Amino acid sequence: MPDGSIPPQDRPNAPKLSLHIPEPAGRPGDAPDFSALPLSPAGAAPRPAVEAAPRDTHGLAYDLIRVLDETGQAVGPWNPRLDPDHLRRGLQAMILTRAFDDRMHRAHRQGKTSFYMKCTGEEAIAIAQAMVLTREDMTFPTYRQQGILIARGYPLATMMNQIYSNASDPILGRQLPIMYSSKEFGFFTISGNLGTQYPQAVGWAMASAYKGDDRIAAAYIGDGATAEGDFHNALTFAAVYRAPVILNIVNNQWAISTFSGMAGGGLTTFAAKGIAYGLPTLRVDGNDFLAVTAATQWAEQRARSNLGATVIEFVSYRAAQHSTSDDPSRYRPADEFDNFPLGDPIARLRRHLTGLGEWDDARQAAAEADAVEQVRAAGREAEAVGTLGQSRPSVKTMFEDVYAGDDWRIREQRQEVGV
Amino acid sequence: MPSLNMIQALNSAIDTAMSADPNVLSFGQDTGYFGGVFRVTDGLQGKHGLTRSFDAPIAEAGIVATAIGMAVYGLRPCVEIQFADYIYPGYDQLVSEAAKIRYRSGGEFTTPITVRTPYGGGIYGGQTHSQSPESLFTHIAGLKTVVPSNPYDAKGMLLAAIADDDPVLFFEPKRIYNGPFDGWHDRPVRPWAGHELAEVPEGPYTVPLGQARTMRQGADLTVLAYGTMVWVSLAAAEEAGVDAEVIDLRSLVPLDIDAIVASVKKTGRCVVVHEAPRTSGYGAELSALVQERCFHHLEAPIQRVTGWDTPYPHAQEWDYFPGPKRVAEAMRRAMEG
Repeated sequence: MPDGSIPPQDRPNAPKLSLHIPEPAGRPGDAPDFSALPLSPAGAAPRPAVEAAPRDTHGLAYDLIRVLDETGQAVGPWNPRLDPDHLRRGLQAMILTRAFDDRMHRAHRQGKTSFYMKCTGEEAIAIAQAMVLTREDMTFPTYRQQGILIARGYPLATMMNQIYSNASDPILGRQLPIMYSSKEFGFFTISGNLGTQYPQAVGWAMASAYKGDDRIAAAYIGDGATAEGDFHNALTFAAVYRAPVILNIVNNQWAISTFSGMAGGGLTTFAAKGIAYGLPTLRVDGNDFLAVTAATQWAEQRARSNLGATVIEFVSYRAAQHSTSDDPSRYRPADEFDNFPLGDPIARLRRHLTGLGEWDDARQAAAEADAVEQVRAAGREAEAVGTLGQSRPSVKTMFEDVYAGDDWRIREQRQEVGV
Repeated sequence: MPSLNMIQALNSAIDTAMSADPNVLSFGQDTGYFGGVFRVTDGLQGKHGLTRSFDAPIAEAGIVATAIGMAVYGLRPCVEIQFADYIYPGYDQLVSEAAKIRYRSGGEFTTPITVRTPYGGGIYGGQTHSQSPESLFTHIAGLKTVVPSNPYDAKGMLLAAIADDDPVLFFEPKRIYNGPFDGWHDRPVRPWAGHELAEVPEGPYTVPLGQARTMRQGADLTVLAYGTMVWVSLAAAEEAGVDAEVIDLRSLVPLDIDAIVASVKKTGRCVVVHEAPRTSGYGAELSALVQERCFHHLEAPIQRVTGWDTPYPHAQEWDYFPGPKRVAEAMRRAMEG
C-alpha cells in the first residue's frame, strides 16, 4: 500500500492472535476441582529465622505453611506450641463468630437489617491474628474480619446496633451494616472502597516508627482487591520505608462471582506478588489456626524488631455467599467448600484440641450452646433499642462530624430540614 | 520584616510548623534532599532531619494514603503533590477516605492532612502542568480547599491548614510564586520584593481559613477571584477604568459568604473569575450563591470569566488563560447590564 503497510489479505500465513479470558475450574453443576491450588504437606515448609533476608523467604511464597496435619497433629518447624488455654480461647472465639454470623444472617432474612456479610470458613485468620497482636496495635480490616472484634471481646450488642443502624449505633447510622469502627479495640473504620485501607496501614506503621513507638499495624485485603493500585502502592511504601506492618492477603478464592484467577491468581501465588518489592513472603494455610498464629508471630517479631513489613497470603475459602445480596449457586459449584482441601478451621482446631485431650464433644456442645446464648442475649439487648427502621440516630446527627468545627452551609441545610 | 516571595513564605511556614510541633512532617516527590521542584521544601531535610522531610515514590495515591494513615495515628503530615495535574491518582484516597473518615467513624478517627499542590497556568506548562482542578475538591463534603494569592497569606494560611483538624487541599498558584503576575504576559513581571504583601513575619502566625480579603475597595462592581486571578482582576479593573471591589476569596471551602454578600449588595454587580474551565467550575457555585442571596440587589447578570471547556493548550496559552483584557470586557458587560 502507498503508506507501506501490508493489508490483511496479503498476510495469510501470519498466526491469528486470540484474547485470553481466564475461567475458573468449575461452574454450577461441575465437580469441585482444586487441583490447580498449590499445596504442601503439613510440616514441610521450612521456617527461616525471623532475621532472615527477604530473599531467603521467597521460596515460601510458593509453599504452603501448614502445622495441622490430616490427623489434627501439630507438626513441623512452624508449630507455635501454644498452650491449650490459648487454643481453647481461639476455638471459642471462632465458634462465637460463626454463631454471630448465623444469627445476623437470619436477622437479615427476617427484615431486621438491610445487609450482612459472613466470614464462614475464614474465622481462623482474623481471630488467630487478633490473639497475637495487641489492642494497641492497629488493624486495618476489610469487611470480613469481624473475628478481630469478637476475639477481643468487643460487645456483640454494639456490633448489632451498628448492623441495625439504631439509636445506639456508635457510628450514628452512617455506614452500611458491618462497617464497624473501634479505635479502642484497634480496629480502623472499614471502608467499602476495596483496598484503600492497605496503604493507610503502611502510613500508620510509618508514623509509629517515626515516633519511636513499639506498636505495629496489620492490614487485610482480599485476593480480588490485590489488583487495585492501592495494593501495589502499599507494598512499595512498606518496602521502601521498612514500615512495621503485616500485609495480609486473604485469598478466599472468590471476589463476589469473580474467581481469584481474574486477579492473576492462576499465574502465580498472591504471596509471590511481594517478591518483586523485596518484601518477605509467606503463603499460609489460612484454615489452620496454628499456622496462622505462627506466621503472624514471625511477621510480628520482624515488624517489632525494625525489620519491616511481611506479605502473608492466607489460603482460605469463602464458604458463604459474598453478602446477603449474592447467590453463589449462580456461579460456582455448590459443594466447593465441602471439598476444599484445607477444610473448615473450626473442625480442624477442634480435632487438634481433642487429640491433645484438651477438648471433647461435650465441651464443644457446651461452647456452641454458650455462643448461641451470648448472641441471643446480645440480640435481645440490641433489638430492645430497635432493628433497622424501628430506631435510628437523630436526623440532626446526619449534619455532624463532616468537619471538626462549624460550617455555615451545613448549619443552613440542617435548619432547612428543621432539626 | 523580611520580604519573601511565595516559595520562601511557604518554606517558612513548613519550617515554622515543624519547629513548633514534632508531629508535623513533610514528604512528596523530590521534596527531600533536593527540596522540591519549586524549592518549597528547600533546606528542611538538612535542618529537621531525614525522617521529617523526605522523598516519596512516584505514587500520588500512596502519598495521600500514607499521609492519611499517619494522621490517623496522630501526626500532621504536610505532603506535596508535585503538580495539581498529577493529583488524580490520589483522588480516591482524598474523596473516599480523607474526606469521610471522621464522619464514617462517628468522629473516632480523623485525618488532619495538608496536601500542597502547585496549580494553574501561565507557565507554558501545557496540559499536564497547568490545570486548576479545585472544583473537583470543593464539591466534596469533608474537604477544605484554599488558595493563597500572596506571600503573607501563603505562610499564614499554610500554618492554619497544618493546624486544622480536617484535610485541607492547599492549592499554590505557581505563576505567582515569584511575583504578582497580572496577566499582561508581554510586560515585565514585578518580583514580590518590596510588595507590602511580601512582608512576612519570621515567626508563627495564622490567616484563618474562611476569611476573604478585600484587595481593592470599589463601588461599581464586585469581582470574586482567587490565586493568580486576583492580580489579573486588579489589572483588569485598571484596564476597564471601573471602580471594582476585588475580593480575594483565599478559601473556597470554607467560603466567606458574608463578605461576598455584603460586597455584591453594595455594588449590585458581580464578575466571577477563575482559570479552571467554566462548566461546573467553582464560579458556577459562586454565581448560584450570589443570585440566591443578592438577587434583588443585582442590576446586571453575573459575568463569569474562566478557562475554556477544552484541555489546557500549550501554543495557545494566552488565548486560553483569562487575562486582563477578557476580565475587563466582562466588567464592561456587567456595567452595561
